[in-house]
Amino acid sequence: MADYQEIIASYRGTPGGIIEAYHAVQREYNYIPAEAVKEAAGVFGLSEAQAYGVATFYSYLSVEPRGRYIIRMCESAPCHIAGAEEVIQAFEHALGIKVGETTADGKFTLELTECVGQCQGTPVITINSQPYAGVSAEQVPAILAQCK
Amino acid sequence: MAEELRIVLRNADRIDPLNIDDYLAAGGYRALEKARGMNPKDLINEVKASNLRGRGGAGFNAGLKWSFVPPADVTYVVCNLDEGEPGTYKDRTIVEKDPQSLLEGMAICAHAIGSRQGFIYCRGEYPYVVEHLRKAIAQARDKGVLGDFDIQVRMGAGAYVCGEETALIESIEGHRGEPRFKPPFPGVAGLWGKPTVVNNVETFANLPEIVLKGAAWFAGIGTPSYPGTKVLTLTGDVVNRVAIEVPTDTTIRQVIYEFGGGIRGGRKFKAVQIGGTSGGFIPESLLDTPIDADSMRSIGATLGTGAVLVMDETRDIVDIVTRIAKFFEHESCGKCNPCREGTFRCYEIMKKINAGRATAADIDNIMLLSKVMTRAALCGLGQAAPGPIMTTLQHFRGDYERKLLS
Ligand SMILES: Cc1cc2nc3c(=O)[nH]c(=O)nc-3n(C[C@H](O)[C@H](O)[C@H](O)COP(=O)(O)O)c2cc1C
Ligand code: SF4
Ligand code: FES
Repeated sequence: MADYQEIIASYRGTPGGIIEAYHAVQREYNYIPAEAVKEAAGVFGLSEAQAYGVATFYSYLSVEPRGRYIIRMCESAPCHIAGAEEVIQAFEHALGIKVGETTADGKFTLELTECVGQCQGTPVITINSQPYAGVSAEQVPAILAQCK
Repeated sequence: MAEELRIVLRNADRIDPLNIDDYLAAGGYRALEKARGMNPKDLINEVKASNLRGRGGAGFNAGLKWSFVPPADVTYVVCNLDEGEPGTYKDRTIVEKDPQSLLEGMAICAHAIGSRQGFIYCRGEYPYVVEHLRKAIAQARDKGVLGDFDIQVRMGAGAYVCGEETALIESIEGHRGEPRFKPPFPGVAGLWGKPTVVNNVETFANLPEIVLKGAAWFAGIGTPSYPGTKVLTLTGDVVNRVAIEVPTDTTIRQVIYEFGGGIRGGRKFKAVQIGGTSGGFIPESLLDTPIDADSMRSIGATLGTGAVLVMDETRDIVDIVTRIAKFFEHESCGKCNPCREGTFRCYEIMKKINAGRATAADIDNIMLLSKVMTRAALCGLGQAAPGPIMTTLQHFRGDYERKLLS
């Protein structure tokens, strides 16, 4: 696993590169650890509060630890009318956690999201940003079984 | 039977999007060559005369926008690929199927405003599109077709408001994506304070054909005040959930019944929301309206991004509007009071109505609040957020009244 210091340093010369750096850290760690926010503040010449302010403004970035598989359910209107609610309940039931939580083994995190731009196939979930279209509650166990 | 007309999607499914030779063989980059042989002023006038209006929602004349850029050492061309509007997947479709036409369009704009640096701001939910674009840009660089114009891709990170052009600029600069006060407009002082043109993907992708075939050709397609085509994305209770490209004089009814194949499961139509989640809800009686931005505005609706969400007779309008109110409460950036507090209260009242706990006084309050937000919010998010509430109260009031305490 690449070190967050190295990752952030590689964006040092990029104007406004802090968001790119956060994305890169999150790709490795699944979230942005507090030390990485501090590091980014130093590299990009911001106060820690400002660097934290950037990280927490964006819902795609997380400063809380998350599981290896981040499952996000779209709940925007087109997915809402296509039955997003039943799908999310099926995930909660199968994983034994509520939206916003991570399973005890650190494998799965369940989140809600707004539209992910795949609305030709509502309802839509993403697993680690990979979209799955036309998901039904019945498919949930099979989808989870694919996550090794 | 109405037919599609493909300008923006002319190469879709006909070329390999990641083989620039295919694009070149289909006539790609001839428009850029032609544009570069033109004086920038003449190029801007040509685009202005085509009356190409921005496809990102606001519908501003693209050439006119470019004409505001003053002479400067450094100017930027920014492409808005934030596409956060629920129900919209057109910009992704364009870029996935034909990325070079976007790059060529941006390079045409660069010649017009004397820019050497472009940025594409792509939403964080599309990491695969970012990879795709980076490959396409590398191919264009290797071929040397972009000349001294370079393009970088930057990623958003899940904030709807970053589609607003000044918030987008803040985000590229590495800040929280909060809209700026205008003026100055980005054309005068944008990215890092330099003159910056921000256009939508679809706007840029129209340019190669406009330059090649001329302003008069484009101005003659569709409705005169908003000519050309529009890429629409169909979702909801329609048989065909697809992206289509149609002339702007196509009616909503044609979109739903001829291209969309009608309502799923043989059920009856109830409402359609066009333009994204802030768009107005449209009843059956207005379906013969053409989709162009001005005709849509005349019925209190919008063309917006061209998202078309169809709802059948079984749908609970009040429940859907409640969900939409939650969206705006979540996405409000909080910079200005009418929107921060207004979206919160709208959601609160909508939940109350939806749960059957509201009275007629709540409806009066939400109408008043909606009017205040429309007039007093700083950016388009807060101004447009009450649209679904106001239009459903206008056209589907009975649905609300059925849920009130008597
Ligand atoms: C809240 C909000 C979100 C927006 N989202 C987008 C978007 O995702 N894509 C887009 O092109 N324009 C979006 N816009 C419109 C932009 O501010 C801007 O008008 C547009 O990018 C200009 O390009 P155009 O003239 O080619 O349409 C949004 C506006 C607001 C107020
Ligand atoms: S209208 Fe809403 S999103 Fe726009 S600046 Fe105000 S609070 Fe932010
Ligand atoms: S509305 Fe769910 S993916 Fe677009």
